Amino acid sequence: MVAADLLVAQNVGFGIISLLMVVSALRVVTVNNVVHAALWLVVVLSGAAAQYLLLSAEFVAITQVLVYVGAVMVLFLFGTMLTRARIGAESDLNNKNWALGIPVALLMLGVMTYVIIDGFGSERLIENPGDMEPIPVQVISDDIFGPYLLPFWALSFVLLVAVIGAIVLARKD
Amino acid sequence: MNALLAADLPYWAQSLLRVLGGVVAVLLPAGTIVYLFLFKMMSFMQSRLGPMEAGPYGSMQLFAEVGKWLQKEDITPARADRVIFKIAPLVVLASTFLLVAVVPFGPDAWFTNFEAGVFYMLAVSSVSVLGILMAGWSSANKYSLLGGLRAAGQLIAYELPMVLAVIGVIIQAGTMNLQGIVLAQNGGEIFGWNGLGNPYILTQFTGFIIFMIAVQAELTQTPFDMPIAESELVSGYMTEYSGFRFLTFFIAEFATAGVFSLIASVLFLGGWGVPFAWFDWNSIDDVSDWMNVVGPLIMFTKMMGLAFVIMWVRFSYPRFREDQLQRFAWKVLIPVSLVNIMITAILKVAF
Repeated sequence: MVAADLLVAQNVGFGIISLLMVVSALRVVTVNNVVHAALWLVVVLSGAAAQYLLLSAEFVAITQVLVYVGAVMVLFLFGTMLTRARIGAESDLNNKNWALGIPVALLMLGVMTYVIIDGFGSERLIENPGDMEPIPVQVISDDIFGPYLLPFWALSFVLLVAVIGAIVLARKD
Repeated sequence: MNALLAADLPYWAQSLLRVLGGVVAVLLPAGTIVYLFLFKMMSFMQSRLGPMEAGPYGSMQLFAEVGKWLQKEDITPARADRVIFKIAPLVVLASTFLLVAVVPFGPDAWFTNFEAGVFYMLAVSSVSVLGILMAGWSSANKYSLLGGLRAAGQLIAYELPMVLAVIGVIIQAGTMNLQGIVLAQNGGEIFGWNGLGNPYILTQFTGFIIFMIAVQAELTQTPFDMPIAESELVSGYMTEYSGFRFLTFFIAEFATAGVFSLIASVLFLGGWGVPFAWFDWNSIDDVSDWMNVVGPLIMFTKMMGLAFVIMWVRFSYPRFREDQLQRFAWKVLIPVSLVNIMITAILKVAF
C-alpha cells in the first residue's frame, strides 16, 4: 500500500476520531466522579457514531446516536442523578477487582481482531474509499424483513417479555 | 437571475454558504418568534400593549434585550461543577443547529440531504436532553436538579409519540428522506385531483395533531412546562444561569420552536413546494431554479403559522400536573398513534 492511498480524508478523520475515543475511554475508567465518567462515555459513543458515518453506514450511525446517546446514556444519567451523584471527587469508586478487567479487555481485543482478520483477510470491500455511497435504508429493511425475519421476530419477542417483566416488577399490588 | 441561481459553486463556497444559511435559519425564526409572539401577541392576548418604546411599536426591543443580557455578569455558583456548567447551554444549542441541518428549503437549497433524514431528526433532537441534565446536575442546586430530571422524564415520554406519529408519514411517502417527502406531497394527488398536491395534513390528520402535541412537550412550552414551573422550581434547570449563558438557553428554546415548526411543515404541509401540477412539473429535475428563492419564503410562512399555533396554545392553557402529563403520553398519545400506524399501513396496502 502506498502513502497516497493512506492519506485520504477518511483515514485522517478515522485517526483523529479514534484518538479521541481512546483518550475518552481511558477517562471513563479513571475519573473519580460518576457523572463525569458517564459524560466521557457519551463522547466515546458519539465517536463510534462518527466512525460509522465515515464508513458510509448512515443508518447505523443514526441508530447509534438515537439509542446510545439519546436513550441509554440519558437513562444512565437520570438513574445516577436520582440516587447518588455528588459534585466533586469521590474516593471509593474503584472496585477491588478492577485489575481483572485488563485481561478480559485484552481477550476481547484478541477475539475481535481474530474475527475481523479471519472474516475479511486482505480482501477490500471497496477499492477507492472516496467512491463509497451510503447504503439506502430500503436495502437494510429488505434484509431485515426478508432473510432475517425469524431472528427479528425472536428478538422482538424477547423485548416484549422484558417489557412485561419490567411492568410486573414495578407493580406494587 | 436564473444564470446566477444555476451557477456551480466550488465545494468550499457551498460549505460556507450552508454554514451562514444555518445560522440565519436558526437565529431569524428565533428572533421573529420572540418579538412577534412572545412580546406582542402575548401582550395583546392579555389586554396590554407590550414593549412600545424601543423603535416603532417596540420593534427594536429585541436588540435592547440581547444587549442587556450580554452585559450582565456571568455568574458560576461557588459549589457548581464549573466545566459542565459552562458546556451545558452549548450542548442544547448544538442540538438545534444539528436539527436545522436536515431541513430542505428548496430543490437545491438544503444543508445535508440525508437518506434517512426523518430518523436523523429524531436522533439529534434527543441530544438536547443531555444538555438539560448536565445543566440541572452541575448547578449544585436542588431546584435545578429537580427541573433537569423532570425535563428528562418528560422528553423521553414524549419522544415516543413523536416517532410513532412520523411513521405514518413515512409509510405514506415511502421514503425517510425529507426532500423525498416534500416531492411525494407536492407531486401527489387526491383521488385523481392534483390541484393541491397531497399535503399529509389531510390524510395524516391524527399524526399531525399527535406530532404537534409532542413538539409542544419537547419544547417544554406551557401546558407542558413542568421542568421550569416558576411557582415550584424558581426556573428549573436554568435557575443558576445568568447573562450570556441564560441567553443561550433562551435562543435555543425559541430557535428549536422554529426548527420543529419547519420540520412539521415539511412532514405535513408540503414543505417548500407548490403543487407541481400548477407548473406541469413531473419530477425534481423539472422544478425551476427560482424555487430556491421562493421555497425558503414559503417555508418561512408555514413556519410562522405553526409557531403561532404553538405560542397560542402556550398562552391559553394552564400547566399539567406531573402525573397527568405522564399518563397523557403513555395512555392516550402512544395507543392512538399505534392505531394510526396500523390504519395507515392497511390503507397503503389496500390502495
